[in-house]
Amino acid sequence: MDLPRYHRLRSAYYRLEGQRCAACGKVQFPPRASCRTCRERHLEPYRLSGRGAVFSHAEVAQAPRGFAAPYVVALVRLEEGLLVTAQLTDVEAPDVSIGLPVEMVTRRLQEHGPQGYLVYGYKFRPVLTRRPS
Amino acid sequence: MRDVFIVGIGQTAVGEHWDRGLRELGEAAIRDALADAGMERVDALYAGNMMGGCLNGQENVATLLADAAGLLPLEAWKVEAACASGGAAVRAAALAVAAGAHEAVLAVGIEKMTDGVPDSVTASLATAADQDYEASHGFSFVALSALLMRRYMHETGRERAAFAPFAVTAHKNAQTNPRAMFREPLSVEDFSSCAMVASPIGILDAAPVCDGAAAVVVCAQSMLRPHHKPVRIAASAVATDTIGLAEREDILTLGAAAHSAARAYKVAGRGPKDMDLFEAHDAFTIITALSLEACGFARRGEALDLAAKGCVAPEGCIPLSTMGGLKARGHPVGASGTYQIVEAALQLRGEAGPNQIKGARRALAQSIGGHGSVAVTHILEV
Amino acid sequence: MRAQRAVGIAGYGAYVPRFRVSTADISAAWRARGAVAPAVAEKSVPGPDEDVITMSIEAARLALDRARADHSAIGAVWVGTESKPYAVKPSATVVAEALGITPNLVAADMEFACKAGSEAMQAAVAFVGSGMVERALAIGMDTAQSKPGDALEYTAGCGGAAYLFAPADDALAVVEASVSHVTDTPDFFRREGAAYPEHGGRFTGEPSYFKHTLAASRRLLAEIEATPADFAHAVFHQPVPKFVERVAEELGFTRPQIRLGLVARRMGNAYAGSSLLGLAAILDVAEPGDRIFFCSYGSGAGSDAFAFRVTDQIRDRRQGTSVEEYLDRGQRVDGYGHYLKLRGKIKRS
Repeated sequence: MDLPRYHRLRSAYYRLEGQRCAACGKVQFPPRASCRTCRERHLEPYRLSGRGAVFSHAEVAQAPRGFAAPYVVALVRLEEGLLVTAQLTDVEAPDVSIGLPVEMVTRRLQEHGPQGYLVYGYKFRPVLTRRPS
Repeated sequence: MRDVFIVGIGQTAVGEHWDRGLRELGEAAIRDALADAGMERVDALYAGNMMGGCLNGQENVATLLADAAGLLPLEAWKVEAACASGGAAVRAAALAVAAGAHEAVLAVGIEKMTDGVPDSVTASLATAADQDYEASHGFSFVALSALLMRRYMHETGRERAAFAPFAVTAHKNAQTNPRAMFREPLSVEDFSSCAMVASPIGILDAAPVCDGAAAVVVCAQSMLRPHHKPVRIAASAVATDTIGLAEREDILTLGAAAHSAARAYKVAGRGPKDMDLFEAHDAFTIITALSLEACGFARRGEALDLAAKGCVAPEGCIPLSTMGGLKARGHPVGASGTYQIVEAALQLRGEAGPNQIKGARRALAQSIGGHGSVAVTHILEV
Repeated sequence: MRAQRAVGIAGYGAYVPRFRVSTADISAAWRARGAVAPAVAEKSVPGPDEDVITMSIEAARLALDRARADHSAIGAVWVGTESKPYAVKPSATVVAEALGITPNLVAADMEFACKAGSEAMQAAVAFVGSGMVERALAIGMDTAQSKPGDALEYTAGCGGAAYLFAPADDALAVVEASVSHVTDTPDFFRREGAAYPEHGGRFTGEPSYFKHTLAASRRLLAEIEATPADFAHAVFHQPVPKFVERVAEELGFTRPQIRLGLVARRMGNAYAGSSLLGLAAILDVAEPGDRIFFCSYGSGAGSDAFAFRVTDQIRDRRQGTSVEEYLDRGQRVDGYGHYLKLRGKIKRS
């Protein structure tokens, strides 16, 4: 059922939490054992703002098992400078373009049948309102 | 390290083999390769296969094939590198012989995809991607390639139709390959107007779901016989890149492909201009374009110019997909890398029939797993 | 009821999904020609990736942003709903994890039909008011199901709001007092495992909604020695606009007083989120010094009545998406069939 795996991923999935390297200051996502830039292992949790823009996008017409097409997937360039792969939501495919400003929301990623478990995680939607800083 | 030679090749047709499973497909390719090599036995068998476990419920595939082909109790184990598994199996075989561990080894690439329903196949293909940050978010393999294609089109200002020559050439070449799955020609109009799978990737940009097995016998110099037409493995190199697309240095540079090609060129003492043909990993037209750039045939963003100039056709400067490629010969994923070696060997032996690239002496073959997260490059020479 | 120390709302946030279904489309599928027009023109519908958990997370994030509190001080989270994604497994823990406030807190889901959200508010007032915690988050949110073709299908919408309660000195609206009026009255219910609720038709009116709302409201007014005229705004649970208009009239509240809180006109009845959403709509425009009267209703049955007084701090705590902005972004689904697909009402196995 993969419950432990999703449990391990919860801070990344629910809060888009990556890391900041204490040595070189670089921010990374997803979290990992060492800094991708300088290889040091002293890393602090870092919650990404969730604000960014669409870097590339595609509409999935044939979904893998467990997902219901059609939906839009994207590479999002976050304001911290890094890229993240995620679904887009609250938007139709024709209205998506490279450069569209988006913000992170927490939505249902998966439902394993009507009696099965639910996986929640980040998606991105067109920015709704200017948020407080 | 010793020189390594390909002396036997075998391949089933690629298609929907409702009447044959993993055992039967594997046994057929193995039998043909051994017969071609004039050998009854070899020292080891390495099986390249990607989804035997998750799709067919069968791991331990090399043992299964060794058993089915009557080769027990030889050394055998499965090699997995996503869609590059077939190429990696050849690498494993070459290493074993080069290192002196064995004298003759079989590398088999095999995939049985048509037993699964479409959404299971899609889910199995996605196991090549980053499960935690891509597959679990609903990214299909096609969708990840679509992200690359759209970004490439955005940065180069090119239209989808500019990718057509890759698919058109592959289909044209497949017409005269009796083992190919798709043997009807494809026009630019067909390509431009086809249905989308994950826009901008259309159904005609993408390789099909299919079954197949291909095998090569590699051996040391000591095993060469007069009836052989040996093809030397001049280089074999593997490199990796981030498993997640988002973490690449530059998503439009296939780093693993570039590194493995650079290493292979160095070991072989050759460069792109020395290659007479390139069996590229043309699972998607975008990957073909990026592979040409990664292997030094075009600068970043300029692969489509090669296509437009007709360079990838059989008469061109770098013939691609000479027997149909992944696109039209077919892409039984874990097997494709081995099919590429079989086809390159046919070319260098002068046995490619109507598909023969005139005077071919050196071939580049590259098998890619994930979205360029692992790449296996071989240079073959006669 | 008053707590040992004064408490109030430090931050609030609402959520309404973007899809809407036209009740005329529902009518076209089920009703005879000449049937009475539906009570609302359209109602809100959750998207395919939304549920009470996702909606609560967004509303709570907004509430926390506005409160600017030290979030480590949040000692309790309750989600009041009758459309829990899991019958057994709390929504509140997912919300807490998404907010990053685990593990030192109390968390649970609450059920009391449409007053589950105000139930959470009562608990939050008590926990903060007693000094057990410094901050408590109360959420009322629903995506409630309704039987195809039934009267409720024309009004059962979705949405809700989150309220962060704190000591009064940090409040944008102080709680003056609250009461709760509860009896065993089975006007509307849903058995474990049942897809849709059952209701008693007209039994849901006089002996249920009106009896409890009137009783709780009158008792609160008496306790704080106030009259309806003392309040700038009043908000009630909103099964249909007519019920709100009638109960307001019976209590002595005017149409202008109930106008801002009556969100049901735009989006239907958000069940446990209904009165909380109405309150948020009022807070979006309330002035310092305004008194707000609040009375929920939950079938089964009971009402929670609250009196609030808005403070100066409200001016700095309204940034971000307003209820009006959530309501304005409505997008019509493609007819009744699309609505049925989104709500999972089409049998697929």
